[in-house]
Amino acid sequence: MTDLTANDDLEALRTQLLERVAQATDESALEQVRVETLGKKGVITLRMASLGQVAPELRREVGQANNALKNAISEAIALRQTALAGAARTAKLAAERVDVTLPAAPEAEGHVHPISQTIEEITQIFAEMGFTVAEGPEIESDFNNFAALNIPPEHPARQMHDTFYLPPGADGAARVLRTHTSPVQVRTMLNSKPPIRIIAPGRTYRSDYDMTHTPMFHQVEGLVIDESTHMGHLRGCLTEFLRAFFQIDDLPLRFRPSFFPFTEPSAEVDIGCSRKGGQLKLGNHGDWLEILGCGMVHPKVLDMCGIDSTRYQGFAFGMGIERIAMLKYGIPDLRTFFDADLRWLRHHGFSFLDQPSLGLGLTR
Amino acid sequence: MKFTLNWLKDHLDTAASLDEIALTLTRIGLEVEGIENPAEALSPFVVGEILSAAKHPNADKLQVCQVDVGKGQPVEVVCGAPNARAGLKTAFAAPGSVIPATGDVLKVGAIRGVTSNGMLCSTRELKLGEDHDGIMELPADAVPGAPIGPLLGLNDPVIEINLTPNRADCAGVRGVARDLAAAGLGELRPLGIDPVAGAFPSPITVNIENTDACPLFLSRVIYGVKNGPSPKWLQDRLTAIGLRPISALVDVTNYFTFDRCRPLHVFDIAKIHGNTLTARSARAGETMAALNGKDYALSPGMTVIADAEGIESLGGIIGGAASGCSPETGGIVIECALFDPKRTAETGRTLQVNSDARYRFERGLDPAAVLEGIEAATQMILELCGGEASEITVAGAVPDWRRTIVFRPTRVASLGGVGVPPERQEAILSAIGCMIAVDGPALSVTPPSWRADIEGEADLVEEVLRIEGYDRIPETPLPRLHAVTRPAVDAAQRRVFWAKRLLAARGLEEAVTWSFMDGKLAKLFGVADNLVLLNPISADLSTMRPSILPNLIQAAARNAARGLNDAALFEVGPVFFADGQSTIATGIRTGLAQGRHWSGKPKAVDLFDVKADALALLTSLGVDAGKLTVDASAPGWFHPGRSGLLKLGPTVLGTFGTIHPDILDAAGFEGACVGFTVDLAAVPLPRRKGTERPQLVLSAFQPVRRDFAFIVSEDVAAEKLIRAVRGADRALIVDARLFDVYTGPGVEAGKKSLAIEVTLQPAERTLTDADIEAVAARIIAAAAKDAGAALRG
Repeated sequence: MTDLTANDDLEALRTQLLERVAQATDESALEQVRVETLGKKGVITLRMASLGQVAPELRREVGQANNALKNAISEAIALRQTALAGAARTAKLAAERVDVTLPAAPEAEGHVHPISQTIEEITQIFAEMGFTVAEGPEIESDFNNFAALNIPPEHPARQMHDTFYLPPGADGAARVLRTHTSPVQVRTMLNSKPPIRIIAPGRTYRSDYDMTHTPMFHQVEGLVIDESTHMGHLRGCLTEFLRAFFQIDDLPLRFRPSFFPFTEPSAEVDIGCSRKGGQLKLGNHGDWLEILGCGMVHPKVLDMCGIDSTRYQGFAFGMGIERIAMLKYGIPDLRTFFDADLRWLRHHGFSFLDQPSLGLGLTR
Repeated sequence: MKFTLNWLKDHLDTAASLDEIALTLTRIGLEVEGIENPAEALSPFVVGEILSAAKHPNADKLQVCQVDVGKGQPVEVVCGAPNARAGLKTAFAAPGSVIPATGDVLKVGAIRGVTSNGMLCSTRELKLGEDHDGIMELPADAVPGAPIGPLLGLNDPVIEINLTPNRADCAGVRGVARDLAAAGLGELRPLGIDPVAGAFPSPITVNIENTDACPLFLSRVIYGVKNGPSPKWLQDRLTAIGLRPISALVDVTNYFTFDRCRPLHVFDIAKIHGNTLTARSARAGETMAALNGKDYALSPGMTVIADAEGIESLGGIIGGAASGCSPETGGIVIECALFDPKRTAETGRTLQVNSDARYRFERGLDPAAVLEGIEAATQMILELCGGEASEITVAGAVPDWRRTIVFRPTRVASLGGVGVPPERQEAILSAIGCMIAVDGPALSVTPPSWRADIEGEADLVEEVLRIEGYDRIPETPLPRLHAVTRPAVDAAQRRVFWAKRLLAARGLEEAVTWSFMDGKLAKLFGVADNLVLLNPISADLSTMRPSILPNLIQAAARNAARGLNDAALFEVGPVFFADGQSTIATGIRTGLAQGRHWSGKPKAVDLFDVKADALALLTSLGVDAGKLTVDASAPGWFHPGRSGLLKLGPTVLGTFGTIHPDILDAAGFEGACVGFTVDLAAVPLPRRKGTERPQLVLSAFQPVRRDFAFIVSEDVAAEKLIRAVRGADRALIVDARLFDVYTGPGVEAGKKSLAIEVTLQPAERTLTDADIEAVAARIIAAAAKDAGAALRG
């Protein structure tokens, strides 16, 4: 051991101690060095304790030298400690390596059916024009489904509806599966006063099953009744709707005179399309595709539903939900909507996040 | 309704092109469904002249013909027709042509060693008739190389319109022409009917029993007719619109059905018994063999034409076979009548006869054109078949069809949305045949006899708009009721949208299945008797569904059959009860909940998967899950020991469980299947008004967690124990979570160990050991009292 009071040895001691710090290869070896240098009986501690034996005129100088040595070694130990801890962590992490290309656990992703999606889109757009959603039962009375809509039993128009019948009710009245959503019009008019602006999306039924018909399908009905709504408003309303729904700003509409017992005047509406190369494409392309039926509510219907036809008037329309969904989303076969084929549902369904909104965009 | 362009031009003097006519038809409400020119299908076929026909070197019945097809160089064609001979002009098909009868594309081919560069065609091969005894024989003046369509008079486009049920008047070509003339597309040609003076009194008298059923019945006898085939022009007309020519007499009646919307019937007078024809109601038990070869059992209320021995015709619907015309017919009785549309429709529907006559009578004929109809028919029969006509016998009278409608021209703008000058409105109404008188500011309008559908002011508005053009109506935005959009749905409706998105987010696929289902399967779900359809489309779609579960299980079975065993499906839709319907969210999961993966074992679906679905849905609808109770008495279509009801107080909000194997067998599904239902309407709507939430109180003190393991009897419901623990100190205990269930060594038989982690949340100070001991004692006491539980030693 060198003479602890000799200043000239200090530099050698410092070198020696720093070397020992540097040579400590793990945290316990480093602790050993710390104890032997800075511990209670460590060389530096002892040197500092023996400062009283140094000649008074040298004390200040020796004391400062001791302090400098202590600080240098403390710092070296701290640095070494950080380095060793880092190396240990690095080694631990290296040992924890896994094959990150292993597949993550699969998560089931569900989808919303195109019919539900389309009904939400329709609701969004008509909400914008001040409509609310009305509903009614699917098992209807003959009155609500036919008679109140100016379709008497012998009327040829009834042959357009292949009606499903259920056993008559306790009152003996015929019960039918509604053949259209129009009975919701009747219920709304019977139960509320104008002004009325409603849409009624829902299931409808006709006894027909082939390539282009299913015994159940969906319609949306619209009804506006007030004192001044005319056919120009009908055109405006449907034009706005169809352009917003199909997201085609210049989609042309053609109104053609037609016949429905519950409207007068009546119209069928075509939208512009192209059929070039057997491919149907919507837009301003010169050809036409029938899309819906509509008209001004027949005065007889108003009167039958308790609304004064000399004061009130308005329009009604009805369209097939599957039909507009097929056109918008390129679904070729109506029958597939009801088959619950998982492959189809995953392909044509919508993420729960695809909540239609006019402000945020109707369709992704 | 079909007609040809030339047929239309019989009635309409117009210079308009086919395109203009088609566009106008659609524009005025006579929607064109299609236009077909038969000549176009024949465009590949040209006149070929056989220059020479030599015997085929290798076949007795074939000839090798040199044919001039108008291209200078003759073409060599092998032909087997017996009538192929030099000098014959016939139909030639070049290679590449599509043969209409077979749809085959003609190729160059060698027939027994001789190359045939085309084909000589028979009438049947070109779908122009039935003749297949030989190749077509075209007129001697036909020019080789000319297309055969125009040569055969087939260059006459067939127009088909989709006639709406109100437009009875346009079920005849003349009515269509009249409407086009009103729309400004030409002039309606005058009819030019020369009344035929009767040469003798009719030997047949006619009677009407009920003038409501048959208001007017005209008849006339013609003797000395010769009933051969009708002339080519008439046959061509009928063939063009899809009718089969039969004989001159029958063809004439069919012609007027389509030409004037004036169905007529012709009886063979030799087959009429007695000398009276009576329009009367059928009597119970009467039958008639009709011209379509079918026998019909008639019932009172059906209008028939009867003679002394029985029924000869079903008025306005179909004639009887017994008194029908034949090639031997020498004398006839013409019937030209009006029949009540309602009765005609009912009879036709009951007997299921769809005839061209019924189609027109049930829509209503022009009551003022009956006499004109019988005169026109007489004229044509005399022209085509000869003979001598009697005087006309009349029973009944022309019903009064005149009615006056008060029409305010201002309504065109206020209802129709477009201003049309009053003079123009009057011109339009006159053009469609209305008689108009001015009545102050309004018009007094009498619609024409052929427009029974025009009943009120709104109909007249439509007539003006229809001829003026709907495209003139300007698009007018609906006035906004509020500057900012208000919700279109109420709270209950909104939940239907939410339910779908929530379940989709949980990994279930939304299905939409039929509202009806198999009757036998529905019975297993307790369907009410009054939900069985009277006229189902098939046995498997016969009954309104009392539950969506069976439809989803069957859907899963169909998917499994395609190799997709792990299905998670839901539907939010109606189910039906004896007295109404409810919207039920229903889901099933089948197969594996977690498929094979390197990180763990596969797991089959179990009832807790669907319990979680149902709870998540209920929670999202605002139900406090802590207030729900589970009751093990789910309906019988679930596994009796693995299913439950989710209740809020006494109200059942949902069900969940493993599907009963009997149901899976009945639905044809094999494998694990669990399901749930949530009755959306049963879930109470939040009572809270306003949008603010209750104030959040956060404790400054650490929560304390303690585990308790209890031994209870095996039949004690876990929920009971959890409730007991939770209720031991409502203020301090904020959560009690069951984290272990154990039976086996260390636990007495018939008992189970349930371990619960209890979270204590102090609000005012940190809990001391003494506090915790006190709560623990209360927990143990409550568990013992309510669930018979003992702390596990």
